[in-house]
Amino acid sequence: MAFIAFSLIAAIVVLAAMFVIAARNPVHSVLWLILTFFSAAGLLVLIGAEFLAMLLVVVYVGAVAVLFLFVVMMLDVDFVELKQGTARYWPFALLVGVILLAELALVSAAGGSIPTGNMDASPNAPTNAEAIGFVMYTDYMLLFQLAGIVLLVAMVGAIVLTLRHKPHIKRQDIAKQTGRRRADAVELKDPTPGQGI
Amino acid sequence: MSNAIESLGSLWGPLLVLGQIGLFTLVLLLSIAFLLLLDRKVWAGVMMRKGPNVVGPFGLLQSFADFGKFLLKEIVIPAGANKAVFIMAPILTCTLAFVTWAAIPVAPGTETGTSWVIANLNVGILYLFAISSLGVYGIIMGGWASNSKYPFLGALRSAAQMVSYEVSIGFVIVTVILLVGSMNLTTIVNNQDGGIQNWHVFSFQYFPLILVMLPMFVIFFISALAETNRPPFDLPEAESELVAGYQVEYGSTPYLLFMLGEYLNIVLMCAMMTILFLGGWHGPIALGPELTANMPPLLLSLAGLAWFMGKVLFCFFLFALVKAIVPRYRYDQLMRLGWKIFLPTSLAAVILVAGYVTFVGGLS
Repeated sequence: MAFIAFSLIAAIVVLAAMFVIAARNPVHSVLWLILTFFSAAGLLVLIGAEFLAMLLVVVYVGAVAVLFLFVVMMLDVDFVELKQGTARYWPFALLVGVILLAELALVSAAGGSIPTGNMDASPNAPTNAEAIGFVMYTDYMLLFQLAGIVLLVAMVGAIVLTLRHKPHIKRQDIAKQTGRRRADAVELKDPTPGQGI
Repeated sequence: MSNAIESLGSLWGPLLVLGQIGLFTLVLLLSIAFLLLLDRKVWAGVMMRKGPNVVGPFGLLQSFADFGKFLLKEIVIPAGANKAVFIMAPILTCTLAFVTWAAIPVAPGTETGTSWVIANLNVGILYLFAISSLGVYGIIMGGWASNSKYPFLGALRSAAQMVSYEVSIGFVIVTVILLVGSMNLTTIVNNQDGGIQNWHVFSFQYFPLILVMLPMFVIFFISALAETNRPPFDLPEAESELVAGYQVEYGSTPYLLFMLGEYLNIVLMCAMMTILFLGGWHGPIALGPELTANMPPLLLSLAGLAWFMGKVLFCFFLFALVKAIVPRYRYDQLMRLGWKIFLPTSLAAVILVAGYVTFVGGLS
């Protein structure tokens, strides 16, 4: 049963990944990419790492891919024009492909077959969320904090890049808006006919 | 009966699951039909109208009449639409809305610690969060594939809105996970046993935390409104600006699927509030073991189911009331509320609850 499920999901992953680069429409590419992520989460569930699977879906499918889709949909690309120059890149693409294939062959030839060590998804802990927690917050505490700092730097960088102080711009003052009362906004006038205010 | 089960052998397990799925689907579809009516009746009641009252007694069969109308209409696909994606969007919305219910426990099981649920997942709450965060795809795909301006604008708005409010929903869920120490939904519900004061809204078993959890419940409720595109946060389909947002080009069965998915998501949010904060299937007064020992377990399960459904109904009533009473937000107000008020508040709550669990001790 598990083998059938694995074969099915693995086939979907490979096919969907192929369609990511084969699809003519970039939006379709992103949709295939989402299917790839989702099926990869299915593979993680099969080896018993359900926590990682859910994180993959929440982070990549639920957030990152949404932003991808957002950006790709907003782009106004002329696909015909885009496809015209592709033939020039074939030799380069072929080279990269051959190198990757050679590396894979080298690794498998060097005895790197299926690892036989501890394959338990949650060693020394009842659930794999706890197992990941133990490892992450004891053995790799410094690296974890470092990753946090890297993300913080990226965030600050993004804010600095987009924050501009232009003069003469009307900005919203929420406190002013919500603090408005009827007395300061509406005034009753009684104009005499033919004279105006 | 037992002979029949034995003769089925290894097929019994999958057949049982199929049966459970069928039962859940049937009950959900029937409840949605009447909840739709309730929604319209509450809405009408606030406006001092009568609401649907022609089809069947008190308009009880109105939803079924609507269902027939949706099914019999012709499906129109706009000429410039991206056909495959256009058709797939409502199907995806509806499927995802159904799939989430696989992990929702609705009643206590006959043995302690078990519950009536299709799949009792260890990461149940994370599963719900993950699948419901996929709901945004149906809307973006529908809006984009329609190849029309209003649907596209509606889809963009809704994507930004749902991604924003998911963050605070996530943090609110984390506070509950911290208190319980488990992501299993059955464990979360059983942590609130022992009467109304132990429900996570009030959290009397972790005494001063009522000051944190009660606001968290309110944040969850408001974020749920935004997440399901309900008024006052129905910006994606604000009819005065965008006609009907991402649904403009949809009609007949595809539209029905969109609407069904939307209402399923609303009921799902109600169920999540019930499970996380309102004690799930536990009644407000705890029956001692000396009382429950002599009762048949099935009766207790059914009583639990009744409590669960009652609480979900109560939450849905609140949703319907809000729809009738509160005027629509402006888009900048919506974003400000999500990012500048809810996010810092829920983040602070996570730190407070984590501190409480670490230093005062909450994990049992």
